[in-house]
Amino acid sequence: MTAWMGWIPALPLFSSLVLLLLGGRMSARLVTLLGVGSVLGAALLSALLIAGFVSAGSTAVSVMLQPWFSSAGLTIAFGFYFDGLSAVMIGVITGVGSLIHLYSAAYMAGDEGYARFFGYLNLFVGAMLLLVLADDFLLLYLGWEGVGLCSFLLIGFWYREPANGYAARKAFVVTRIGDIALAAALLIMIQQFGTLHIQTVIERAQLEWVATDWPFWVALLLLGGAVGKSAQLPLQTWLPDAMAGPTPVSALIHAATMVTAGVYLIARTQGIFLLAPRIMELVALVGALTLFLAACSALVQHDLKRVLAYSTISQIGYMFFALGAGAFSAAIFHLMTHAFFKALLFLAAGQVILSLHHEQDLRRMGGLLHRLPFSALCFAIGCAALAALPLTSGFYSKDAILLQAYGLHGGSLAWWLALTGAGITALYSLRLFLKLFFGEVVTEPRPDMRPTLVVPLALLCLLALLGALIPQPLGAVFAPLAATEVPAAVHGAILIMPWLGLVTGALLWRYGRGLRQRWNDSALARGWRAGWGFDALYDGLLVRPLLLLARLNRKDLADQPVQFVAWLSGCAHAWLSITQNGRLRRYAAGIAMGAVLVLMVVTL
Amino acid sequence: MSLVLLILIPLLGAVLVWLAERWRCGLARGLSLVVLGLEALLLWQVPHEAPAGGLWWLQFQTEWLPVLGISWHFALDGLSALLLWLTLFIGAVSVLASWRDIDQRVGFFYCNLLLSVAGIIGVFLALDLFLFFVFWELMLIPMVLLIAIWGHENRHYAATKFFIFTQASSLLMLVAILGLVFVHYGQTGVMSFDYGDLLRLQLAPLPAFWLMLGFFIAFAVKLPMVALHTWLPDAHTEAPTAGSVLLAAILLKTGAYGLLRFTLPLFPDASAEFAPLAMGLGALGVLYGAKLAFAQHDMKRLVAYTSVSHMGFVLLGIYALNDLALQGAVMQMLAHGLSTAALFIIVGMVYARWHTRDLRELGGLWSLLPRLSGFTLLFALASLGLPGLANFVAEFLILAGAFQRDWPITLVALFGLVGAALYALLLVQRSLWGAAAPQAKTHDCSAREWGILASLALLLLVFGLHPQPVLDMVQRPVATILAERVMPNTGGTDQVVQRESREQLP
Repeated sequence: MTAWMGWIPALPLFSSLVLLLLGGRMSARLVTLLGVGSVLGAALLSALLIAGFVSAGSTAVSVMLQPWFSSAGLTIAFGFYFDGLSAVMIGVITGVGSLIHLYSAAYMAGDEGYARFFGYLNLFVGAMLLLVLADDFLLLYLGWEGVGLCSFLLIGFWYREPANGYAARKAFVVTRIGDIALAAALLIMIQQFGTLHIQTVIERAQLEWVATDWPFWVALLLLGGAVGKSAQLPLQTWLPDAMAGPTPVSALIHAATMVTAGVYLIARTQGIFLLAPRIMELVALVGALTLFLAACSALVQHDLKRVLAYSTISQIGYMFFALGAGAFSAAIFHLMTHAFFKALLFLAAGQVILSLHHEQDLRRMGGLLHRLPFSALCFAIGCAALAALPLTSGFYSKDAILLQAYGLHGGSLAWWLALTGAGITALYSLRLFLKLFFGEVVTEPRPDMRPTLVVPLALLCLLALLGALIPQPLGAVFAPLAATEVPAAVHGAILIMPWLGLVTGALLWRYGRGLRQRWNDSALARGWRAGWGFDALYDGLLVRPLLLLARLNRKDLADQPVQFVAWLSGCAHAWLSITQNGRLRRYAAGIAMGAVLVLMVVTL
Repeated sequence: MSLVLLILIPLLGAVLVWLAERWRCGLARGLSLVVLGLEALLLWQVPHEAPAGGLWWLQFQTEWLPVLGISWHFALDGLSALLLWLTLFIGAVSVLASWRDIDQRVGFFYCNLLLSVAGIIGVFLALDLFLFFVFWELMLIPMVLLIAIWGHENRHYAATKFFIFTQASSLLMLVAILGLVFVHYGQTGVMSFDYGDLLRLQLAPLPAFWLMLGFFIAFAVKLPMVALHTWLPDAHTEAPTAGSVLLAAILLKTGAYGLLRFTLPLFPDASAEFAPLAMGLGALGVLYGAKLAFAQHDMKRLVAYTSVSHMGFVLLGIYALNDLALQGAVMQMLAHGLSTAALFIIVGMVYARWHTRDLRELGGLWSLLPRLSGFTLLFALASLGLPGLANFVAEFLILAGAFQRDWPITLVALFGLVGAALYALLLVQRSLWGAAAPQAKTHDCSAREWGILASLALLLLVFGLHPQPVLDMVQRPVATILAERVMPNTGGTDQVVQRESREQLP
């Protein structure tokens, strides 16, 4: 079973190489075959691998493939570690990934960069698989940077538009700030243990770090890496702008997989985090704050994709909240269900956007229920799952998070934020659905029902509804939480909260037209729409000073002393050259004065 | 004898190339390649390992000026061999890169190029400090000519600045060499410029510090270290493409090589004392270089400033004084040589097509020149330290080693990763993306250009995924340099210089 594990990331990586090198000369059919086929192949292999893994009793395996380098006692290897967590991750990546690839084949058809698109997308899938399979932190870091690169390339995919380039650069640079923290964590591990082998590091940390400060710092730094990649507070600002990329990219990278890498990282290194209870609390708080702030922002966006982007930030906030509460399996559960319903929402949004001739503004949409019934069905299911209505997958996972977190955080600010967030989530889901499908028709759509668009959407609908039934072999990975008594009132509140949001939304929609109007123009709504002003804050605090500094010092201050010396010798030259200007009387005067001077010196 | 031939071949080749061009037009280019090829063959047949337990693969020593204790002393170890391979490869690349650019005084151009290469090879091989100084000067003069004759608009200014900077600093080195020799004479009564003899010297802390500083500054100017770097952007920007490539890819490495080969082993204690300051300057260079690169509008100047940033990592690694960081520093020398050479060549190609290097006027190359753009992207990514390419391995090893020595400074240097992302992606966005720049007629990479860039890319990828051969090659030299530091005057010395030469003159 382990012998061909390497093929899972190798297939997409190899096809990406071929597509990027030779894609320009290939026919579109061949590109599709290679681009979609390789990911489908990886999905098949993954399914076989997971089946074998589960039937063998879900025991973790590690595979050493190839040494990378070894220097002065530090040895790094290309190796894989496969356990329940990796199984869930590769399942999501290749499963949702192949559906999105299939969809992309139709969505991107006719684009001049068709081969380049699949080249980047497959590179992404390969790097993401390396990230979740890596047995060594440095290999994980390779995948980590690799997915960041692909995110950059795909946000800037339509490169002619300057705004896309800026969004791409912003995404890469902001996440790289987080990457510094991750890199610093790796440096500490090397210093302490002389290895980056993940399991060894965690085992030795649990033995040697128990009463030290190290877990605090390492966990803090790992969290820094995680918030960058997963767009959590305070590094969340890049994700809404990242929507400049093609919609399938938003679905795959900026909703289902890459942005959950931070969640994976914390779950993978839970052994270190559990040694640092204060950081665990911080993780929960970061998650809760993020989910609340982002949910508010999602409530007031005008751009369809930005609603979904903020909603993604918010849902990942739930995952962080669960991680911080120690409910690791609930977090991973939500990671999976979220991948299903958010991919569904993005792909359905893509279909709506295509039908409306690339219109993304919600204010110019409406009344699409009868014109785009299939999209409406997809959105209904997706929004229901997002709002965590019963019988959808989102219901079970969010329920699990709130229930399990109650044990540790019941009554704390974080828990209340998470509970309130559930209501707001339902409210903005409803708002989105109503804005799209009810009201007056603003733009006349052109229905698009190509089977390559419909089949992945239909499958994702099924997954968003029934995905919660997929068993997760996480029993051996995370220690079970101690069972806690949850009062019936709390349970009730958790169940009622989404409905509360829905009812409020319905009432506002039906009777509150004037109120909505005034609210939309209020300062608070504008602040929320601008993401609580984080962008403006960073702009004033970091970006502008940096640009100013760059502009002021473009000529390099360090060069000025050198220039001064050059200027000085220029002056000296001019001054001295007066002495030989060829005028005889000056020479005579000079000689006379010199003679007098010498005589004076001699006589005195 | 092979070591002498290694220097003689390019020296004679340089003269031959000059003459050949007078005889037949266009012969100089091919002949230069032949000379470099011969050189590579010669290096290939040299035994690539040291005889049982020693450091040097090969040594050659014969008298020159016995009264002054000056001899022809050459030696080759893993470190010099690696840099020699880099020199030959980059030499060939710069010959190929200037295939069409140079149309005036072609013979003299390639003559200077080969002379400079000969000087650099001499620097990497010389083990007599006087001899070292001779080669140090030899590599500079032709480089000044390359800039001054074939450079861009502001070439005379740049050439003069380059000349004064390096000349002043090498004068300082000469003084330090003489000081060292006189101290040796005072202690033993024997005049000697020989590396092995001077290594054995016991120095009082104060003279050791000042002599060390003399060497350090000479090498730091060449590296370049921040604050002494201001010759670099001008020289790199105004030089013709081949000149920029030679400068960035190998000439800067002679500074790092000097620190490794001379400053650290000759003044182990003074260097150790000086290390925190040097590491700090290295980290500062990483950030300051990145910031200046980010601020530039001129594509070539941007690439030039990235060298300041990358060589800051080298300085940081060298003065971390442990195996991990030193191996990383050598790896960085190699990786930076390859990636920056490629970027300069790309700038040259863009300039040849648009006659501008201003990033505000460029843009949208991707839609016009997809192949060249793909390469640009790849090398920009190498420059920002993307894992999988050689630069990442180098920076990772440096940071891992430096962190163990001095973690606060290393954390500062770590921010260079963001700086690298800022300038590298700016380069990508401004030149490759955006609306297409207006242009007369353009053609994508020719087979020659494609070959140059593809071979550089391949090497970066290979060393990024399989850096072990390089690390193995320098493992022993690095260990010896560090052993010298720990035990300045014990058994380590005998290991460093094997007195019995493997070769004698007939």
